[in-house]
Amino acid sequence: MRGRGLRAALTPYALVFPGALWLGIFFVIPTVVMLSLSLHSGNVTDGYVFTWNWQSYVDGITTYTDQIVRSLVYGFLATVIELIIGFPVAYWIAFKGGRHKSVYLFLILLPFLVSFVLRTISWQFLLSDNGILLGPLKSIGLIPKDMHILATGAAVVCGLVYNFFPFMVLPIYAALERIDPRVLEAAQDLYASKFQTFLRVVFPLSLPGVFAGVLMTFVPATSDYVNATVLGGTGNTMIGNVIQNQFLINQDYPVASALSFTLMAILLIGIFIYARALGTEDVLEVAAR
Amino acid sequence: MNKDFINDPAFLRGMTTRRIGRRDAFRLAGLSAAGLALAACGVQGKGSPRPTTSAQVQSEVEKYWSGKVKNGHVNFANWPLYMDPKQPELKEFTKRTGITVTYKEVIQDNPSWFAKIQPLLAAGQSINYDLMVITNGIHFTQLVRLGYLVPLDHSKLPNFAANAAERYKNESFDPGNVYSIPWASGMTGIAYNPKYVDTPPTKIADLWNPKYKGKVGMMADAQEIANFGLLLLGIKPETSTPDDWEKAAEKLREQRDSGIVRKYYDQSYIDPLAKGDIWLTMAWSGDVFQKNISDGTDLRFVIPEEGATIWTDNMVIPKTAENPVDAIMLMDFFYEVEIAASLAEYINYVTPVPAAQEVVRKHAAEATGEDKRLLEQVAESPLVFPSEEDYAKLHDYRNFTSTEEQQKFERIFQAITTS
Amino acid sequence: MTKVRRLLSGRLLQIWTWLVIAWLLLPIAVMILFGFNDTKGRYNTAWQGFTLKWYGKLFEIEDLTRALVNSLLLALLTMVIAGVLGSMLGLALGRYRFRGSGALNVVMFAAISCAEIVMGASLLSLFVTLAVPLGFWTILISHVMFSISYVAVTVRARVMTLDRSLEDAARDLGAGTWDTFRLVTLPLIFPGVLAGSLLAFALSIDDFVITNFNAGGTVTFPLWIWGATRVGIPPQVNVMGTLIFAAGVLIALGNLLLTRRR
Repeated sequence: MRGRGLRAALTPYALVFPGALWLGIFFVIPTVVMLSLSLHSGNVTDGYVFTWNWQSYVDGITTYTDQIVRSLVYGFLATVIELIIGFPVAYWIAFKGGRHKSVYLFLILLPFLVSFVLRTISWQFLLSDNGILLGPLKSIGLIPKDMHILATGAAVVCGLVYNFFPFMVLPIYAALERIDPRVLEAAQDLYASKFQTFLRVVFPLSLPGVFAGVLMTFVPATSDYVNATVLGGTGNTMIGNVIQNQFLINQDYPVASALSFTLMAILLIGIFIYARALGTEDVLEVAAR
Repeated sequence: MNKDFINDPAFLRGMTTRRIGRRDAFRLAGLSAAGLALAACGVQGKGSPRPTTSAQVQSEVEKYWSGKVKNGHVNFANWPLYMDPKQPELKEFTKRTGITVTYKEVIQDNPSWFAKIQPLLAAGQSINYDLMVITNGIHFTQLVRLGYLVPLDHSKLPNFAANAAERYKNESFDPGNVYSIPWASGMTGIAYNPKYVDTPPTKIADLWNPKYKGKVGMMADAQEIANFGLLLLGIKPETSTPDDWEKAAEKLREQRDSGIVRKYYDQSYIDPLAKGDIWLTMAWSGDVFQKNISDGTDLRFVIPEEGATIWTDNMVIPKTAENPVDAIMLMDFFYEVEIAASLAEYINYVTPVPAAQEVVRKHAAEATGEDKRLLEQVAESPLVFPSEEDYAKLHDYRNFTSTEEQQKFERIFQAITTS
Repeated sequence: MTKVRRLLSGRLLQIWTWLVIAWLLLPIAVMILFGFNDTKGRYNTAWQGFTLKWYGKLFEIEDLTRALVNSLLLALLTMVIAGVLGSMLGLALGRYRFRGSGALNVVMFAAISCAEIVMGASLLSLFVTLAVPLGFWTILISHVMFSISYVAVTVRARVMTLDRSLEDAARDLGAGTWDTFRLVTLPLIFPGVLAGSLLAFALSIDDFVITNFNAGGTVTFPLWIWGATRVGIPPQVNVMGTLIFAAGVLIALGNLLLTRRR
């Protein structure tokens, strides 16, 4: 009896141990190492030394303020646009999808079987100045001849919206799908119009999904650099580009780590503020079953 | 992909409320301490004094090469489009010497290649390649300074001695070819698309012309745009000072801020040029050639009046190479006149073997049809066999005497491209 | 009137959804199309005619084939390792209360919501500091690292919906711990484990940012494409992309048919 109790008590630790160890070594420790590296000074030829060099943070942030702000703006725009485009889609599939719900979900996910890089390159082709989309529009005079989408911030945001779309739609769909249709019926029995039902019942219940979707879109969108490289031009560089440059090209590890850590801190703070603002906990208590 | 978990209230609840107990805090602290301890080790650099006199060089050479033997295999890392995919030259080499070659086009640009191999070389580990091709410039100099390159034994390079042009035997970045011999040279000039540009550009200043607003491409590499900025102001890059750099950067900033530059390209400018997204751009000579041959476009390349840049991609052997003897044999093989001609015919960049021109002409005379036309183009092209006048207009990159200087330079010019 | 309005709003949403789906599939169509492009030179950006020849010459570019094999191998290994470790984590978190579960939850949340570039960069910092050579194994380590949390969370969601009475019943009937796990628990959580593992596979095979930071000299499929964009992506890449896409479609269709039959 006692033996079984001990074994049962130890089971969770045994189960958790390998995974937790992996995460500890390869996630927690590297983050600390990176923080530490940001406080080093030096260069590749002469080596790096730990010197409590907070200057890297100051240098990094002041030199690249534009890029940091721009990344936050692009990320925010991309998230909002995705929310606007994606919410109706999630709504329709959840409520009107009927038997074919999984087919529609599958169609949404389908493009993401193709490599991220390939998708972005294809957009570069599609949005080309005289290409398959802009060309015909220009020849019938609908848009000015020297208009271009590529090499602008708009193209980068378009790319961001496209590449992270399912991360927005799926969580919202999951939340909407859980809503008991009887709740909607009840609202209508109480003389609520469609719009009121949506505003007072559906939307609040979808909030956990919206929270998750926004989270899973804003973070990668803000820190992306592939879209900016392929679709952007001068003046569209994002903080991800800078970090990648500093790590992989300049090998200026202190500044690169400092910027990386700053980005992580900004995003984490943003997430917590957002979670508080949304009052997520309360919403969750209601949605919890 | 089932994302239900995201909505799991327990999950979200757990995520948004802080619930780290004392034990957990200690555990995390323990991991953090480990991390800090590791990081305190620091990352080691390894600058060591380089041999300066020829006697010192000779002793280094003897020290390295004594006892090294042929192993029968070479791992060769190169840039893309620097060898015919069917690898006829490598097959010939294997036939003659029995040494097999693994050829990989893994080098995309100098900075990221350097960043990949530096940690391994610093730890004294093999980078899995015995032979690689590095452009002269910042990273070449760093490799030399850090002691990562093998000093070459010229007694094993008879073809080089016999067939290489004089100018390639005494380059400013590697006098006496202690560590490198050239693979190919190239020019950075201006490429333009005659379909969109009425008056062909002839000067670097044309890249600053407001009538091309939004249609000009510039390169992202710091050394490349620095050279063009300096040449625009009539300053020779090889002898430029930090003040000159600031002036050049000012010019480049003007160009960017007035919206003339559409984008800073790493290597991918040739497509947008052909498509009309840009009308003129800084470009490498061979790219224009290759695009025209490949897609039948009519793009043109000019060496600007103020001057252009010439760079050399060099074969070097990394310090931790496992098969250096085989590597140096392969290096010398590429200097046979016939082989050099064969390479030039494919890669369309400047070959260091002038005698190859006659061979290409001979091949052209023997060929027919499309092949004949292409070979004739290559044989007579100043982009593959430049004349003395052409060479007079070409400038090197700036060599740096110290890492601080180099970092100052990079900082100034990178600020322009990452805006 | 309300009926018309209801129909209209329903229709509008439907049309919207279909438009969005079309928009999503547009670049894929481009990719598939250019797998049939009869290009004569190195650049595959202008349409020059229809051909099937690239399907025959699929493995002509050795480096590309090697990169694809690397990606598949990595994805399979990640799927297995992250699948096992993550499932164990998920099972423990979903079923038991134990000290450290709170911290573990926070760490997993951080891992999921952490920007890829930060994860890649911090791993690189670790490897550089320890002078670990970058290559296949460092990529594998990083892939497993970011997949574990996704698998764990998926399995945990599944575990939390389980009815414990089934397992208790098994025990009452004399089954030992291992047998209970093997014959009762595992089949019940299997859909979650499978979903999590497939998720790990998909995340691994398409990962670019983290791999870019930690690959050293090894090249994976997305990395190869990225390198090739500088000089021109050969049609073989399009063909491979099309085939992977088609494989995914077939698997999903198969799954659909199977579940429908049941």
